[in-house]
Amino acid sequence: MELDPLIISRLQFAFVISFHAIFPAFTIGLASFLALLYGLYVKTRNKAWERLAQFWTKVFAVVFGMGVVSGIVMSFQFGTNWSNFSQATANFIGPMLSYEVLTAFFLEAGFLGVLLFGRGRVSPGMHLFAAIMVAVGTLISTFWILATNSWMHTPAGFEIQEGTFYVTSWFEAIFNPSFPYRFLHMGLASFLAGGFVVAGVSAWFLLRGHEIEANRKALSMSLWLLLIAAPAQAVVGDFHGLNTLEHQPAKLAAIEAIWDTESSVPLALFAIPDQENQTNHFELSIPKLGSLILTHDPNGEIKGLSEWPRDEQPPVWFAFFGFRIMVGLGFLMIAFAVAGLVLRKNGRIYTNHYFLQGLRLMSVAPFIALLAGWIVTETGRAPWLVYGIMSHAEGLTPSLTGGMALFTLLGYMAVYAVVFASGVYYLTRVIHMGMEEEKSDNDEVQSAMRPMSASHVSFDESTKPARS
Amino acid sequence: METFDLSVVWAIVVAFSIIMYVLMDGFILGMGILFPFAPNEEARDTMMNTGAPIWDGNETWLVLAGTSLLGAFPLVYSILLPALYIGVFLMLAGLIFRGISFEFRFKAKSKNSRKRWNIAFAGGSMVVTFAQGAVVGAYIEGFETQDRVFTGGAFDWLTPFSVMTGLGMMAGFALLGATWVILKTEGHVQEWAYQIASKLLWMVLGVFAIVSLWTPYIDASVAERWFGHIHLIWVLPALAIASAAALFFSLKRGHGKLPFFATMSMFIFTYLGLLVSRWPYVVPPDYTLWDAASAPGSQLFLLVGTLIVIPVILGYTSWAYWVFRGKVRPGEGYH
Repeated sequence: MELDPLIISRLQFAFVISFHAIFPAFTIGLASFLALLYGLYVKTRNKAWERLAQFWTKVFAVVFGMGVVSGIVMSFQFGTNWSNFSQATANFIGPMLSYEVLTAFFLEAGFLGVLLFGRGRVSPGMHLFAAIMVAVGTLISTFWILATNSWMHTPAGFEIQEGTFYVTSWFEAIFNPSFPYRFLHMGLASFLAGGFVVAGVSAWFLLRGHEIEANRKALSMSLWLLLIAAPAQAVVGDFHGLNTLEHQPAKLAAIEAIWDTESSVPLALFAIPDQENQTNHFELSIPKLGSLILTHDPNGEIKGLSEWPRDEQPPVWFAFFGFRIMVGLGFLMIAFAVAGLVLRKNGRIYTNHYFLQGLRLMSVAPFIALLAGWIVTETGRAPWLVYGIMSHAEGLTPSLTGGMALFTLLGYMAVYAVVFASGVYYLTRVIHMGMEEEKSDNDEVQSAMRPMSASHVSFDESTKPARS
Repeated sequence: METFDLSVVWAIVVAFSIIMYVLMDGFILGMGILFPFAPNEEARDTMMNTGAPIWDGNETWLVLAGTSLLGAFPLVYSILLPALYIGVFLMLAGLIFRGISFEFRFKAKSKNSRKRWNIAFAGGSMVVTFAQGAVVGAYIEGFETQDRVFTGGAFDWLTPFSVMTGLGMMAGFALLGATWVILKTEGHVQEWAYQIASKLLWMVLGVFAIVSLWTPYIDASVAERWFGHIHLIWVLPALAIASAAALFFSLKRGHGKLPFFATMSMFIFTYLGLLVSRWPYVVPPDYTLWDAASAPGSQLFLLVGTLIVIPVILGYTSWAYWVFRGKVRPGEGYH
């Protein structure tokens, strides 16, 4: 069988970016949480806030480090596997990606060191300022990346001369039609990821009776955040959907597995889409609800996939099931946030065993939802790399062979497996150690550059885990 | 501002980022190459401690050079990366292993896991250095292109010449690493570094001679550049050789600081020599930096931010080196 460099390159990109996305998605939310914790400490001088801030700073350091390491590959991959795309769109994506790198380095140069190692060396106010700057910086990084990605979905502010894109308006290109929705959607997703991890770890500490006061505070805080963020995400997601209907109707048809153009479209709760025969099997659906949700009108018309030639239809399975996984988990997140409100009455959020265990398990939910969501949006634009203008096949590196692509795909999988295994293993050790005071903290002279040196947990020694 | 000016400004920015990377990551990669030859585990700890506080700041310059190429010279980015596909992968994989072993080796307490991180550190450094050296060789040899697209094969970059530059780079970085160890340590670690630096110097000079003799024959335009009418450029190899002489005598007399700076200066003049061999071709043999440039508006848009951030990075880097100046003694680290 001939190896297809296109499929393998897409798989490789998907693998590398999915793997990488987990870390920034977590740190974006966590950075803001840290800023809040330092802020509360500065305001109230309550030691519990400080201990929480210190513990989560350690976690932040490890995750940030993993994000940096896994992200290096991203900045080269555009050239190695997608050189035609890079060359054609460089006038826009080049400055965007470079600005992201500059932002990240500016941050690392200025404030990350102060955040990670500044305790006892700068005033709490200065420390808080550094935490805020890091949080703002992660959001600015998100801004550049999502502007680039959104532009590929809904390109704007450019003209094409001899196959090359030239920017005619930076404002229109950056603030392209899908950007505001995608930015908000991803921002909220990051806050949900941060919130559920904090809630889950706090719940686990409470179950073990570790640092009760501080962890109650953290749990309560994160549940308030989730109570706002989880329902808000549903609303933002809905608007994002309307935007997709307007700009990428084929993606929407794939998400809902709608084959023929109709009005009063039902909403398929479940189905086995069959792209071969352009139909669904075992469909279970609610009448008119599809039109109501998608167009905000029960009789609204939605274009079916049959409007597009077969080679311009996105693969339905990824969009259809990915979307249902994302939305299902989204509702589960809302349910947990609401349950938190109900249980709060008698302080049972701190003691209800089932609730705490449930929260523990829910820590992974936002990450699965986030990856599912990205799979929906990225496969849903197939076959387009720059929507409606440049296809995946046109963007591929011409000299790339299937063998080369396979070699690097397997290579990156092996490398990332080692990074991920070491990182997650180490992270669980950091969490298991809990919020013990560190004695060795002052031995550290001033190693302001290595994120992970913010944590003193050893890699393999069997040290005592958090008191239970 | 005209297109011409911006492209030259960008060429300088990118060339500067690359040499900063080579000088600053070079000695750390060099220590990785020397790792297996270090006298004992304590010496390895000391060596790693000299690099621990600064290594990831140094890597900044590589990523900056990469994205700057995409932003300012997309043609270079979109021809070189496909042409060097396998080499780029090896370099990135090596950098990742080197990076995580910096993080985790210090946290590894048991002998076995420490050994594993030693191997990752040394192996990663060697692979990265060889790949980078081979890239230099492949670059001098030029790339097979048609209509602004690379048309060669996966292993075109791997030639006798590029293998030699790859090995030469390993010797060169090892020399940088050894002189860095001389600068930063004392006692038996430093003595070992003196010995190995003297041997490495001869290896590097050997490679230097071979490359210098070989390069003009690769391409008529390179030969024309060196044996044509611009005699002034011979200053560069002359200065490189003068630096080598300074290194030789400073090693002999047991200078602490001079060997490192003499080696750096060798690298700088060799690098400038390579640049003039091909200038103004950035994708040899077909495309000049003006052919490769992105739109003037894009170059300008990005230049603003870059010119603000580079001084900050430089300032921060100098500050970090200042904070960690002086000798590192055994058992004393920042981890």
